[in-house]
Amino acid sequence: MSPADAPARPARRGSGLALLGSEVAVLFRRVRTIALLAALALIPVLLAVAVRVTTDGSEGGGDGPAFLGDITQNGLFVSLTALTVAIPLFLPLTVGVVAGDTVAGEASLGTLRYLLVTPVGRVRLVLVKYAGAALFCLVATLVVVVFGAIAGAALFPVGPVTLLSGQTIGVGDYVGRLLLMALYVTISLLGLSAIGLFASTLTSVPVGAMAATIVLSTVAQIVDALPQLDALDPWLFTHYWLGFADLMRDPVSWGNFADNALLQAGYVAVFGALALGRFTTKDVLS
Amino acid sequence: MTDSPVTDAAAEAPADDALAIETRGLSKAFGRQRAVADVDLAVPRGSVYGFLGPNGSGKTTTIRMLLGLTSATDGQARVLGESMPERSRDVLPRVGALVEGPAFYPFLSGRANLARLDSGDRSAPSATRRARVGAALDRVGLGHAADKKAHAYSLGMKQRLGLAAALLMPRDLLVLDEPSNGLDPQGTREVRGLIRSLADEGTTVFVSSHLLAEVEQMCTHIGVMSAGRLLTQGTLDDLRALGAHRVRLLTPDPGPAREVLSRLGLAPDPVGAAPGTGPTHVEAELPQPGPSPESIVAALVAADVRVRGFEVAGASLEDRFVDLTGEGFDVAG
Repeated sequence: MSPADAPARPARRGSGLALLGSEVAVLFRRVRTIALLAALALIPVLLAVAVRVTTDGSEGGGDGPAFLGDITQNGLFVSLTALTVAIPLFLPLTVGVVAGDTVAGEASLGTLRYLLVTPVGRVRLVLVKYAGAALFCLVATLVVVVFGAIAGAALFPVGPVTLLSGQTIGVGDYVGRLLLMALYVTISLLGLSAIGLFASTLTSVPVGAMAATIVLSTVAQIVDALPQLDALDPWLFTHYWLGFADLMRDPVSWGNFADNALLQAGYVAVFGALALGRFTTKDVLS
Repeated sequence: MTDSPVTDAAAEAPADDALAIETRGLSKAFGRQRAVADVDLAVPRGSVYGFLGPNGSGKTTTIRMLLGLTSATDGQARVLGESMPERSRDVLPRVGALVEGPAFYPFLSGRANLARLDSGDRSAPSATRRARVGAALDRVGLGHAADKKAHAYSLGMKQRLGLAAALLMPRDLLVLDEPSNGLDPQGTREVRGLIRSLADEGTTVFVSSHLLAEVEQMCTHIGVMSAGRLLTQGTLDDLRALGAHRVRLLTPDPGPAREVLSRLGLAPDPVGAAPGTGPTHVEAELPQPGPSPESIVAALVAADVRVRGFEVAGASLEDRFVDLTGEGFDVAG
C-alpha cells in the first residue's frame, strides 16, 4: 500500500468482463430473483398437475389456452402451454421487476455512486445492466420450458409430437424446436427489458420503474387487442409475443421470427439510446 | 442555468501540479437555488485537508462535482492534475471515496460487497482481489465480520466498510465525506488514526466534516464552507494566527490604561463607562508582531495604572468560525 509508486502504475486495464460476472452473480444469487424464477417454475408444474387431476384421460380440449387439450396425449406439450400462459402476464411481470430495478435499484441502495466513482463508466454500467436483464429473460423462459418438460414427462405419456401442420416429429427434433421457441420468447422480451432499463434511469425508486414497465406491457397488449387501433399493431412490442406457435409447423414459418426480431431490435435501439442519453448526463444525487 | 461566465483570468491561469484538488469558480445550481457558488479550492498534495462547514453548506455537492457524479453548473475542477469530469477514467482509479455515507447491497456480505465494487475497477487486478479485499477489511478492523451480510452491520461497521472500499487499491487521494459519522468515540479515534497513517504514507486526504474538533485534531489544512461559499482556506496554523489574541485588563483606572495601551500600539475598544465608577474591563487586540504581554503589564504599572487583572485570550478556532459563518459548530459532536 505505498501510494508513492501509484503514479507510475501502468495503465493496463481489465476487459471489464469482471463486472458482468459480478452483475450476473449478484442478480441470480439474490433471493428475489430466485423467488421470481421459482414462481415461473410453478406455472408449468401447476398446469400439469391441474390437468392431470381434472381429466381422467378421457376428456381432451375445452376452452383453455392453446395446446392445453393436447397435454393428456403428450406431456411434451406442457412446456408449450406454459409458455402460452406465461407470456402475456407472468413473464413480463418478472422481466419488469428485473429491468426496472437495473439502475434505479442501485440508485436507491446508494451503490450507484460507489460504482460510478470506482470508476465504472456510465456507458459500461448501462450495457452490463442490460446484459444482465437480457440474460434473465433467457433464464426465465428456459425455467418455464424446462420445468414444463419435467412436469409433463412425469405426469403424462411422452411420444412423437404432431405438429400444427399435421406432420409428426420425434422427441429429439421437438426438443430442438422447443429451444427455438424459448429463444423466440426471450427475444420477445428484449424490447420490454430496454423499456424497463430506460424507466430505471428516470428514477431512484425502483418500484416506480418496475410498475411503469409492467403497466406498459399490459397497455400494449390491450391496444393490440382493440380492433379500432389495428394500425398500431405492427409497432407494438407485444404484437408477436404469441407468434412462437409458427415454429410448430413444417416447414418452419420464419416470418414472425424475423419480424419479431427486427421489431425488438428497434425497441432495444431506441430505448437503449434513450437510457444511455439519460444516464450519461444525469446528476447522480442518490 | 449558468449564472455567470467564467472569467478569462481564471480560465487562463496555469494549473498547479502541487495541488491534488484545484477548483476555480466551481458552482452548482439546482433550479434557482445555488448549492455551491464560486468555490476555489486549493488542496496541496500530501495535505490532510479538512473541509469544514455546517450541514447543508454545500460540502457534499462539491464532493459530488469533484468525483464527476454531478456536473458543475459553472467553473472547473482539476483532481490530481487532470480536469474532471472529462478525465474520470484516469483520475478515479487513483481516488478512494466515501460519499454521503456508506452504501452497500444489504443481501451481500461485507466481503462480497467489496469484491463487487473492485470488479468494476478495470485497473484493479482480479488475481489479487481476494487478498486486497481481505487486507482492506483488516485495515479497518472488520476482519471478524467480513462474512456477515451487510444488512446486519451497525452504522459504524458500515462506515468502516465504506472506508475499506476506499482502500481497495493504493490511492493518491482519498475523498472522505463525514467519515466518522455514526462511529462511537473509539471508532472516531480509530478513523483518525487511519487517516493519519494514510497521510504518513503520502496519500492526500480530503475530509469533510461538520465537527471542528475532529478537523482540528487531524488536519493540516482547512477550508470553511458556509451557505455554498468557501469563506476561507489555508493551513491550520495560518487560520489560528489569523485569530488575533486579545488582552483583557481589569482596572479602576481605565482612562490612563487606555492611554498606555494606545502608546504601545494597541487599539483599545471604545468603552462607554465613565471613569471612577469602580474597576472596569479594558480590552484590545494584541497586534502581531507587537509588544509582549509582560511588557504591557510593566508599562501599565510604570504609569501607575492599578492592575487588578490581566489576561491574554487567544481567539479559538471556534470563535474564528463563528465569526466567519455566523453559526456555531458542533464542537463535541
